[in-house]
Amino acid sequence: MSVIILLIIISIVVALGFLAIFIWAVKTGQFDDTVSPGIRILFDDKKPEPPKTKPENDKNPTS
Amino acid sequence: MAGKAGEDKVVCYHCGDLCTREHVVYDEKDFCCNGCKTVYEILSQNDLCTYYDLSQNPGINLKSKNFEDKYAFLDNDDIARLLFDFADSTRARITFFIPSIHCSSCIWLLENLYKLRQGINHNRVNFVRKELNVDFDPSVITLRQLVELLATLGYEPQISLEDNDKKQKKSINRSLYLKIGVAAFAFGNIMLLSFPEYFGFEGLDPGVQKFISYLNILLSLPVVFYCAGDYYRSAWSGLKNGIVNIDVPISIGIITLFLRSLYEVLIAGQPGYLDSLAGLLFFLLVGRWFQNFTYQGLSFERDYKSYFPLAIGRIENDTVVIVPVGDLKKGDRIRVRNREIIPADCILMSTRAAIDYSFVTGESNPVSRKVGDYIYAGGRQVGENIVLEVVKPVAQSYLTQLWNNETFSKSETGFEVLINRISKNFTIAVLVIAIAGFGFWAFSDLWIAMNAFTAVLIVACPCALSMATPFTLGSAMRIFGENKFYLKDASVIEKLHRIQHIVFDKTGTITFNQESDVSFHGHLSHDDLKKIKGLALNSTHPLSRAVASCIDSESDISELNNFEEISGKGLRGTFGSDEYRIGRIDFVINTSKKTGETPSGATVHVSKNEALVGHFTIENKYREGLHGIVERMEKKHFFSIITGDNASEGARLREIFGTHTTYRFNQSPQDKLDYVANLQKTEQVLMIGDGLNDSGALRQSDVGISITDDTAGFTPASDAIMTSSSLEKLPDFMDFSHISHRIIIAAFIISFLYNIIGISFALSGTLSPLVAAILMPLSSISVVVFATVTTNLMAKFKSLL
Repeated sequence: MSVIILLIIISIVVALGFLAIFIWAVKTGQFDDTVSPGIRILFDDKKPEPPKTKPENDKNPTS
Repeated sequence: MAGKAGEDKVVCYHCGDLCTREHVVYDEKDFCCNGCKTVYEILSQNDLCTYYDLSQNPGINLKSKNFEDKYAFLDNDDIARLLFDFADSTRARITFFIPSIHCSSCIWLLENLYKLRQGINHNRVNFVRKELNVDFDPSVITLRQLVELLATLGYEPQISLEDNDKKQKKSINRSLYLKIGVAAFAFGNIMLLSFPEYFGFEGLDPGVQKFISYLNILLSLPVVFYCAGDYYRSAWSGLKNGIVNIDVPISIGIITLFLRSLYEVLIAGQPGYLDSLAGLLFFLLVGRWFQNFTYQGLSFERDYKSYFPLAIGRIENDTVVIVPVGDLKKGDRIRVRNREIIPADCILMSTRAAIDYSFVTGESNPVSRKVGDYIYAGGRQVGENIVLEVVKPVAQSYLTQLWNNETFSKSETGFEVLINRISKNFTIAVLVIAIAGFGFWAFSDLWIAMNAFTAVLIVACPCALSMATPFTLGSAMRIFGENKFYLKDASVIEKLHRIQHIVFDKTGTITFNQESDVSFHGHLSHDDLKKIKGLALNSTHPLSRAVASCIDSESDISELNNFEEISGKGLRGTFGSDEYRIGRIDFVINTSKKTGETPSGATVHVSKNEALVGHFTIENKYREGLHGIVERMEKKHFFSIITGDNASEGARLREIFGTHTTYRFNQSPQDKLDYVANLQKTEQVLMIGDGLNDSGALRQSDVGISITDDTAGFTPASDAIMTSSSLEKLPDFMDFSHISHRIIIAAFIISFLYNIIGISFALSGTLSPLVAAILMPLSSISVVVFATVTTNLMAKFKSLL
């Protein structure tokens, strides 16, 4: 029977871990702005393409 | 890419506005003005044109923006220090409030600012709060340069010292999130651990059962002592003020639940009601979160400080020094430039000035003043620089004195929300039933009596009742928001429901602020009109603008010579051998006659070679849908029109608003406030206004709505902000406030039914933890579902969604 007690304790500890993560997330302000991160992730990092030359002609001329 | 919309309508590539005939073409793209083109140039040179790929025509129109050295005050270290979040010699951080942030392109551009200018390290946008956080190196780029860069791009930050106090706001919301999280954690785990109990597993070892019960108590401690804290505090402060608010029975319920459960677990060896307790708080907190929803990008609390400039040029030994306006003393001389706001009551030192008081008094035309005249604060100088001598410091000036009125210091009381009216009777009824139940059983069995007494208090805990209001009003508030009617908080809807009298301001509220009906009376050739337009375009005076916009042909300035603008009189210029003048009648022809006001609006006379050839009349343009508002609402509501303007528009107003409406003309801001206060002796008053001059009345009224063309602009403190295009929906909004009221009452009835069932269990002494665990969440959830679903269905039905 002590097995079930052990399991309960483990499950509570795991749940507490998630609660701690939630509290950390709130405290670091991750719930302050719920709109812009969703938009921000869709921005492409524009590759610094060399101006006025087609990519097919020269691959990585500088590096 | 979007350059064209429709066949011959050209829209600006940058801002999406319709291009007029004189639009600018650059890089094969159309722009409505030079401002927009400049922004495009800057962005294309810096390889930032992704801006235009993310949203269509994302830019902000720059036509009316003109800042020259408006931001010179940012070079003043004392002011700058107040604005920084953090600063040392090489690194500074500042948060700007930028109302014009509106789309994903904005976020992208503002976060790529560092590509535009050296010295900017890092920037981040908070879209919800419309804030930009910039980390920069003040030794490379000054604060002023940074703000000017933003303003050039159309993202003009709103800088006021007052906004800096708002930073604490954040933490309130965070603590609610934390409480919900903790309650959810406790609720989930306690419920999970109580499952054996629900299904009646008899085979469980008594030791394990005990362990589970103790664990439940442990888990419920943070719920009772942390999550429920706000309810105790609110109940206590209510009781101290002699009000039995809804939090009183909730607090009683929570405490009884906890104590009874402690007794059951520790002494009787029973499982207790801790699952219901945690669930109750979880649902309550979610309801609170739903109701606390606010429009963070809008400010409902602005006063004159956010309208007035932060700094002004003071003349010290013939040089102009920028000083904070708060430092102005009596006798100081200040220099006010074109479009700058006069911050304090002054005497005019320059020969003449034209002051635009439209935002303060509602009077739409600039008034001319001569040397020695007394000038009230709040007006804008139109035209050349002027010098003024300060008579009263800012805080004692005429306009700001309105804020010293007691209306602004008193906190809002006196309005009893529906739920609190009910809760008083409810609490008394519950206590009576509980005591009656106790009395009934006390003669036969004291234990059952105690049991019944506590069970009534537990099961009658009005959680479903207290959730009906937040979910109905929260949904209604979001529905209003969809229709561009933004409420400060959900209780405004309940106040709207009780409104009997509606007071409108005139200028800017029921008339258009910028547009006017301009018509020309007289005889002029097409060529002449072109020249008049050319003349008018040279001036920034609102009347000149109106005249220019009404002439629908290209301007002709090819031969314009000797252009002269005489402040308060008119414009003059020669084309070849012909002299044209537009303006006041005593200016355009040699006469001693004064410009007579036509029955409505202003008149601009035109002369050619000193012969009068005609005149333009400029009339207020009324918003559409006013007839509809009056027709639909006059049965149940009274109307008043109250304006700072003279009675010249009276006849037209009567045409629209009929004869039952009260009209008051020439009203000062204080008069408006007094008028509303007087009405309030017998009625609930809704005030709709737009300017600083209405701010007293807006504040005094039961509900104050400020009308604005652009929610990014300044709006005086009010209960709600409405975009002008939504004004015609006012009757729908009022109807919907009545509907929400009925929905709340229906939800109350449902939750009462649950309470009656629960109480009958409780009185018979048979409230098992299982019944409680089912009944309490079930009642909450069904009320929540009912409230949100019905509200949204009704909104669809009323075509508000």
